[in-house]
Amino acid sequence: MNQSGLPWRRGMRSLVWPVAALALLLAFNAATMPGFFAIEARDGRVYGVLVDILNHGSRTALVALGMTLVIATGGVDLSVGAVAAMAGAVTATLLVQAQVPWPVAIAGAVALGMCCGVWNGVCVSVFRLQPIVATLVLMVAGRGVAQLITGGSIITFESGPIAAIGNGSFLGLPVPVTMMVVAAVALQVLVRRTALGLCVQCVGDNATAARLAGVPDRAVMLFVYGVCGVLAATAGIIECSYIKAADANNAGSLLELDAILAVVIGGTSLTGGRFSFAGTIIGAMLMQTMTKTLYMHDVSAEIAPAPKALVVILVCLLHAPRVREWVSGLWRPRGGSA
Amino acid sequence: MTKTTRRVVVCVAASLLMLVGGCEKKAAEGAKAEGSAAAKKVRVAFSQIGAESDWRKANTESIKAEAAARGYELIFSDAQQKQENQIKALRSFVAQGVDVIAFSPVVETGWEPVLKEIKAAGIPVVLTDRAVEVSTPDLFVTFIGADFVEEGRRAAAWLGNATGGKAVVAELQGTPGSAPAIDRKKGFEEGIKAFPEIRIIKSQSGEFTRAKGREVMESFLKSPEGKQITALYAHNDDMALGAIQAIEEAGLKPGVDIKIVSIDAVKAAFEAMVAGKLNCTVECSPLLGPALFDAVDAIKAGKGVERRIVTEAAVFDQTTAASVIGSRKY
Repeated sequence: MNQSGLPWRRGMRSLVWPVAALALLLAFNAATMPGFFAIEARDGRVYGVLVDILNHGSRTALVALGMTLVIATGGVDLSVGAVAAMAGAVTATLLVQAQVPWPVAIAGAVALGMCCGVWNGVCVSVFRLQPIVATLVLMVAGRGVAQLITGGSIITFESGPIAAIGNGSFLGLPVPVTMMVVAAVALQVLVRRTALGLCVQCVGDNATAARLAGVPDRAVMLFVYGVCGVLAATAGIIECSYIKAADANNAGSLLELDAILAVVIGGTSLTGGRFSFAGTIIGAMLMQTMTKTLYMHDVSAEIAPAPKALVVILVCLLHAPRVREWVSGLWRPRGGSA
Repeated sequence: MTKTTRRVVVCVAASLLMLVGGCEKKAAEGAKAEGSAAAKKVRVAFSQIGAESDWRKANTESIKAEAAARGYELIFSDAQQKQENQIKALRSFVAQGVDVIAFSPVVETGWEPVLKEIKAAGIPVVLTDRAVEVSTPDLFVTFIGADFVEEGRRAAAWLGNATGGKAVVAELQGTPGSAPAIDRKKGFEEGIKAFPEIRIIKSQSGEFTRAKGREVMESFLKSPEGKQITALYAHNDDMALGAIQAIEEAGLKPGVDIKIVSIDAVKAAFEAMVAGKLNCTVECSPLLGPALFDAVDAIKAGKGVERRIVTEAAVFDQTTAASVIGSRKY
């Protein structure tokens, strides 16, 4: 591995391609779509296409932040979509059918998310199940549980504090965006200002070596899966609040894949080790911008996945060391190649 | 982990497994007991897709209620959205020697072998709600269900009349490639041919969900042509209900500034109509029980049954919503 530069400096370099792709996409929209960048204030909140992208992207981004930590330990959490569905179901059921105050409903949903996450962590770290298998269990079972909680129907509720989570604004920005920023900053401080980040990275690089060196690998696993579960539940609450309904069958469907993709686009390797929260958020926003672009340009639903796939493949390829070497070789003077 | 803890864990796991096994057995015995008690009744077996929506639940209840009302013995099986479960259920129906088999197929293809087995056993098959693709048409007696194309046509006709034949329409399609999405789009396009001044300027998939319906509608409204939109056609109510929130967020009045017509007629759609936010919903009735058992009666009496039985598609708008809402079961 190239040892020049500080860790964060190296992290910055892997951000170049996702940022470039995002910038290109935005530039394309600026050129072809008048009003794409228009932002106006309505009823004390900002309103515009970019705000929508941030708003919708923040749900995936929240989940992807937790996923980043999990992937950094060399694992993966496939259950996030199902956990989001369960969290939404619990929130709406508690609120509408049990008539509890809204903070209790939210606390219940978040607690459920944490339990699911910790359960995944136990399966991976104590029972030594492969992460993909351990979390697959909850992915398959969780949606069924969510259906069971709502009794198979869509539970709706009217406006109120819960509806404000997905629809309200804080300092002019939609609440989900604020939540994403808070989560990202908190996690960044937590992993970079304490030894936690290093522990996560060690476990991901070589779990056995880390254990022998005294890294509490089980605690680290429990922590990252727990965080992932809580963030998935948060995303579930936001989605439920956004449509003012708990749609157990559809909420958070394919969320796990979107989150993994955001992490990968952001430059975190699926083999574990080095990770970047900033990259993950940019990855999530890149995908949301892509989705929005396709909607705005009237690309028909049948072919919409194709251009999306193209962008994802390009960005992922640019993360591959070989391709990157080749690309950077193009700019180097002849003969002076490494 | 110490040996004792390990033993405890194993014991707990084993007892849990036995508990689950025991429950299954009990359920099976229950079904058997029911069977012998009503030995003389005509036995109709029904394999349902699952319980994925309110619509499906109402469908199941209608069939169960009708079977009880007419004194048939119903053997009911839930496939939980899986074709393999459904095929297993159909084979078990054959093994039990039921009189008539009815089912709502999860998907359109892959039914030939099992339908041939049923035919060999001499049991008539009735399809409800969804059709299958087979090479020989004699593998089932009849298909009972709504006509998705007709629903689209009715939605178009309502919109044409309500807007005086003038509208700029945004369309929220269902899941790409699904039969209802394809047919409802086709039917609507046929329907608006009668109104040359109705045109569709936006059409995207909202995947039949509220969240996507809202997200896509937001994009429609913020696109350069967004201000021209005067009407919305959604392939199901859920997408329309999501879109209503997007329209409100944009500072417009759903149902007034943008006329909304959707399909399914679920209860929430009636509530939205009473609130003045949705204009019209076309019913694709889940209450297939009566039609199904009419067909079963005819089959048992040796009378001919039509190959395709189209269930009624009703159109509800704000004028009728308030009076109908109380009687909605789903």
